[in-house]
Amino acid sequence: MKNRRERLIKYLFAALAFSSLAFLAGIVLVLFLEGLPVFRTVSPWAFLTGRNWYPTASPPEFGALPLVLGSLWVTAGALLICVPLGVGSALYLHELAGPRRRAVLKPVLEILASVPSIVYGFFGMVVLAPFLQNAFALPIGLCSLTASVILGVMASPTVASIAEDALGYVPRSFREASFAVGADRWQTLTRVIMPAAGSGISTAVILGMSRAIGETMTVLMVAGGSAMIPRSFFDPVRPMTAAIAAEMGEAPVGSSHYHALFAVALLLFLITFLFNIAAELVSRRYRLRLGLSR
Amino acid sequence: MHDAVIDYERQMGMENFHPSLVRGPAGADAEPGRERRPPGPEPKLTARGVNFYYGSKQALRGISIGFSRRRVTAIIGPSGCGKSTFIRLLNRMQELVPGTRMEGEILLDGMDIMSPACDPPELRKRVGMVFQKPNPFPKTIYENIAYGLEVNGARDRNLIEEKVVDSLKKAALWGEVKDRLKDSALGLSGGQQQRLCIARCLAVEPEVILFDEPCASLDPISTGKVEELILELKKDYTIVIVTHNMQQAARVSDRTAFFLMGELVEEGDTERIFKAPRDRRTEDYITGRFG
Repeated sequence: MKNRRERLIKYLFAALAFSSLAFLAGIVLVLFLEGLPVFRTVSPWAFLTGRNWYPTASPPEFGALPLVLGSLWVTAGALLICVPLGVGSALYLHELAGPRRRAVLKPVLEILASVPSIVYGFFGMVVLAPFLQNAFALPIGLCSLTASVILGVMASPTVASIAEDALGYVPRSFREASFAVGADRWQTLTRVIMPAAGSGISTAVILGMSRAIGETMTVLMVAGGSAMIPRSFFDPVRPMTAAIAAEMGEAPVGSSHYHALFAVALLLFLITFLFNIAAELVSRRYRLRLGLSR
Repeated sequence: MHDAVIDYERQMGMENFHPSLVRGPAGADAEPGRERRPPGPEPKLTARGVNFYYGSKQALRGISIGFSRRRVTAIIGPSGCGKSTFIRLLNRMQELVPGTRMEGEILLDGMDIMSPACDPPELRKRVGMVFQKPNPFPKTIYENIAYGLEVNGARDRNLIEEKVVDSLKKAALWGEVKDRLKDSALGLSGGQQQRLCIARCLAVEPEVILFDEPCASLDPISTGKVEELILELKKDYTIVIVTHNMQQAARVSDRTAFFLMGELVEEGDTERIFKAPRDRRTEDYITGRFG
């Protein structure tokens, strides 16, 4: 009797756990089913490398390159912001902040991470864009720089919190060993602790990147929205997520535009998937280096 | 007059005194009468009335003890008696633990190591430490040793290499690792890792070496090798070793100090301590009545 109950409980939880797998499979399936038909209209090569995204022209052009580059461009800019900000905060929190400052800063970072993206977008539109427009004498403040700054700030709490965990995994004995041979704090930090936590910190950066590249609302609001290949950080761009969000409502279900947007989503999914695999590989190497099992 | 002072210092083994340890004019007031002190078996390292607190809990009570040159002093006592805490004060490692406080004096060659003039990294270079658990860096064998030299400003590749080889030889590890200096140190056995840590400590040319239960995680054969090494190193260094293993204390040390509940109960020649302890508590501990 008891045995049966336990088995039941086991199956119940297994079902719950595997449901996430089912959702993932369903999402991937839909992406492929709805995305692949676009290749009846446009060749995969033309889709990936085409420089023109004119989905509503006749005949429509579905060159996704400007969208992909827009995403990567904004993400690269965001990295320049969130790596120093996130890793710097992690180092400060872990190494320098006393318990009292930590007690203030940690929750603040968490709140920063939980601000809805539309609030960030709103802030970008109303405050940052006009500021940058004035500061750099730009024709328009809504550009990839604005998006990068906002995304970078958004992603930095993620980076900071994961990087801080990585620093925390570095055994205290490494620090003591370093101090014991006469190293100072800075040498210990840069030559022992950071390398030991290096892969963990890169994982943090990659996950922050995934967050930035997948972010939709903010880029829709502040990136400028023009589907052109960016040449500078002051160019307005239309990242993949923004294109999908902006156009999906207008694309007739089953039209080639509709399928093209799914294909863009599929591409985005593959890119973030690669990021996550990279993060996993890197963090596995890191655990091995520290001599921790699995 | 100047020459006489130099001679005296040489005689006292003070030629290794690092002026860099004392910054600025503070050096002058470190201890005015130091040069004129009569020669004698003055300890290299001295603790005077040391109290230590974790928060409000007192872990050490009025510890006064001296450690002589070219001698091994063993600190024994049951777990929690404060012996590890004490040894970690000698190179200011314990102050890295937040919420702690020390009172009293610890003098290295007559200089107060707690004075603001004393720079902890410089102090730790002179007072090296080997830890309970082997703690090599996740770097290569070579880099593990070169690290200490590099953080202390060594730049010359050849010189570093020479010192790495030399330290490995002194730590009796050279024969086992000479063909795999570029391999990760984490691939070594526990005993080899511990000797690597000793080599790493030797590379920066300390004057005092603190061993904090160096064999606690080693098998008997590796323990034997480390003990042999300690006896060898005794010829050149002031050595303090914390151990919970009384046989080990008897094998390697010249002097033994018995700690109990944060107090130094008794200190003296190892043979005398083990054969004729003066304090009842020492006797009880040594004969295995508690601990």
